[in-house]
Amino acid sequence: MDILNYTEAHQQFRMRLREFCQKEIIPNVDQWEADHIVPKSAWKRMGEEGFLCTNAPAEYGGHGLDFLYSVIVAEELARTNHTGLAAPLHSDIVVPYIVSYGSEEIKKKYIPGCTTGDIITAVAMTESDAGSDVAAMTTTAEEDGDMVVINGSKTFITNGINADLVVVAAKDPNAENPHQAVSLYIVEDGTPGFTRGRHLEKMGFHSQDTAELFFTNCRIPRENILGQKNMGFIMLMEKLQQERLICAIMAQFAVELMLEAAILYCQTTKDTTGKPMSKYQGMNFQLVEMMTEAHIGRVFMEKLVADHMEGLSVVKETCMAKYWHTDLTQKISNQVMDLIGEEATAERSMILRGWRDLRVLPIFAGTNEIMKMVVGKMSGL
Amino acid sequence: MDFALDKSQKEIQKAVRDFTKGEFDKDLGLDLEKEGKYPADILAGACDLGFIGIHFPEKYLGADLGLFENCLIAEELCRKDSTLGLALMMAGYGAECVLRFGSDGQKDQYLTPVAEGKMFSAAAFMEPGQAFDMRVMQTTAAKDGDGWVINGKKSMVLNGNSAGFYIVLCQTDDTAATPDKRLSMFIVDGDTPGITCEDVGRRIGCNMLSAADVTFNNVKVGADKLIGTEGAGYSQVNAYFNELRVLLSAMAVGIAQGAYEKALDYIKQREQFGKKLAMFHITWHKVADMAAQIEYARTLTYKAAWTFDKGKLDAGLASITKMTAAKAAMAVTYEAIQLYGGYGFMTEYEVEHFYRDAKFIDLFCGAISVQKDVIAETIVGKIK
Repeated sequence: MDILNYTEAHQQFRMRLREFCQKEIIPNVDQWEADHIVPKSAWKRMGEEGFLCTNAPAEYGGHGLDFLYSVIVAEELARTNHTGLAAPLHSDIVVPYIVSYGSEEIKKKYIPGCTTGDIITAVAMTESDAGSDVAAMTTTAEEDGDMVVINGSKTFITNGINADLVVVAAKDPNAENPHQAVSLYIVEDGTPGFTRGRHLEKMGFHSQDTAELFFTNCRIPRENILGQKNMGFIMLMEKLQQERLICAIMAQFAVELMLEAAILYCQTTKDTTGKPMSKYQGMNFQLVEMMTEAHIGRVFMEKLVADHMEGLSVVKETCMAKYWHTDLTQKISNQVMDLIGEEATAERSMILRGWRDLRVLPIFAGTNEIMKMVVGKMSGL
Repeated sequence: MDFALDKSQKEIQKAVRDFTKGEFDKDLGLDLEKEGKYPADILAGACDLGFIGIHFPEKYLGADLGLFENCLIAEELCRKDSTLGLALMMAGYGAECVLRFGSDGQKDQYLTPVAEGKMFSAAAFMEPGQAFDMRVMQTTAAKDGDGWVINGKKSMVLNGNSAGFYIVLCQTDDTAATPDKRLSMFIVDGDTPGITCEDVGRRIGCNMLSAADVTFNNVKVGADKLIGTEGAGYSQVNAYFNELRVLLSAMAVGIAQGAYEKALDYIKQREQFGKKLAMFHITWHKVADMAAQIEYARTLTYKAAWTFDKGKLDAGLASITKMTAAKAAMAVTYEAIQLYGGYGFMTEYEVEHFYRDAKFIDLFCGAISVQKDVIAETIVGKIK
């Protein structure tokens, strides 16, 4: 019995997206990696073809499709061997803040553009001294008549350069309790006082525009608040289930792709006597063990997707999955590199890009250490 | 038995440490790594101080010292900067084939320029599409008058584009039943007609050195370019790997030590949740694991180098050492990135290139399954 029920419509969507990726994404990936950014036109094309905000409600301009479409987008994009066109982050992590907490006006104003690809989004939480410890953030938001004034800086912001709209977490400096001081605001590109800092250089994710953002007396209308004032933490926590689940989904697909490459390599590479590597028992068992782990990961991930789609609270389990699946990417990608050996040390091998990109998965969206802290706390340990 | 370094070994270690403090610059290192450019000035300085080829005889500008001292240098260089360390240590990649098996004439001609930093060398062993298996080579050397003519293609040759000379492993006898009669090793001058190089481009690590796929098309060499005797190539390459694997282990130890020290500095000052990272219990356990891994990798590396210098190193211990040291370097550099959090993934905090260079060593000269095969061969290889 399948855990997830993909329908004919899902499959058609998948095939259409796969073809799109083959025609319009994969041929450009090397250039995007070299440029360290994906052109906005590629986002626009994704939007035109209906691949953005599939899960956003139709009445506000989204496609109103179920979460399985989001899973399909994540899987097919994983197959493009690059991370720059971060549609899952946009469609399924940032836009949901607007969908869930935006006012009617905000939803009507922004969701259609997010769906067409005219608006690329980012979420700005992390600061140089507030990573795992989100409460330590120092970016402030103070009301001034009809306006809110934001001051501070954010770092490691995915889509930081391309973003037309940033969901910014900022603190009310007058609030007494730091856990009830954070609010979420929408800041549009071009707002005076909002500038971008360095485009950060990284070990991987080269096509991804990760940047610092600066807010200096950045004035936005009061209506740009998401949800209630000082309730930012609760909103962040509510949305983390889906964010972590998406990390686990991405990790699972990466593991499966790595493994596919390793199996192909071991079946087609022969020693000087003509014996393929996959027939050597040491490698053979290693492949079998990796296939087993990938299978366990697939079942766990699909169960969480099904629970999440039913609206169940699986915060604890998604934290487990975020750490377990992203750790699995490290184990498997290193073993796959080992099997391929020295040939895998060249960028031309393509496996290497995956290995470099994956190293950040156990770090971002809450480090795996934070995931374990949450699980421990929720389990009464 | 004495585990302590002697006075002159301590002096060498200190001299290299002082050199890296004075000459290695973080920004320069990051730039060279990114651009794939060679630190020529730093190499010249290292050569002036005698750090390159310290294991060569004095008449070839060496200090007549052992693999042990060469390992101390490798460890200290890589500790300060993994990529700069690799660039300096691998400039003479393969030169030990001349040192250990070459004639006096060959040593005269090739070792001195390596020690002076005037010539890079390149071991050209691996072939395209062939897993790390040296028993049969598609590259051939055929008798041609007094000399030889070489044809074939070698893949991923470190220094392939810039080599003053290559050490090329060729098949010279197709009819030999066992690999130990089949292969021979040759020196080929870099400017010999018939050599073409295709740059491999950027790689996982060791990026200050180039790598190329090198094609030898009717490349003629004289009889004096054969290293040792005809048919000795297989045993030579394996003996060379023993030495190289210990040297790579020393680099791995240095890389691990360097990343560990950076992580220690970081956790002592970085605060989250109102306390220093160094005060979290999980950090304690991570640090303990890192320290343990460095300790066993270093102890084993020193033992293997010492054993080599006594003339007793076998392939099993060399491979155990390489496998262990590379694994330790991978685990330690991985945790260093993790302790740095998001900064660890950023180029400017350096630990990410220590991690990439550790994986380069892990995969270079035989990845883990190759090392296991070599080890097992020495233990149960004779059972029929």
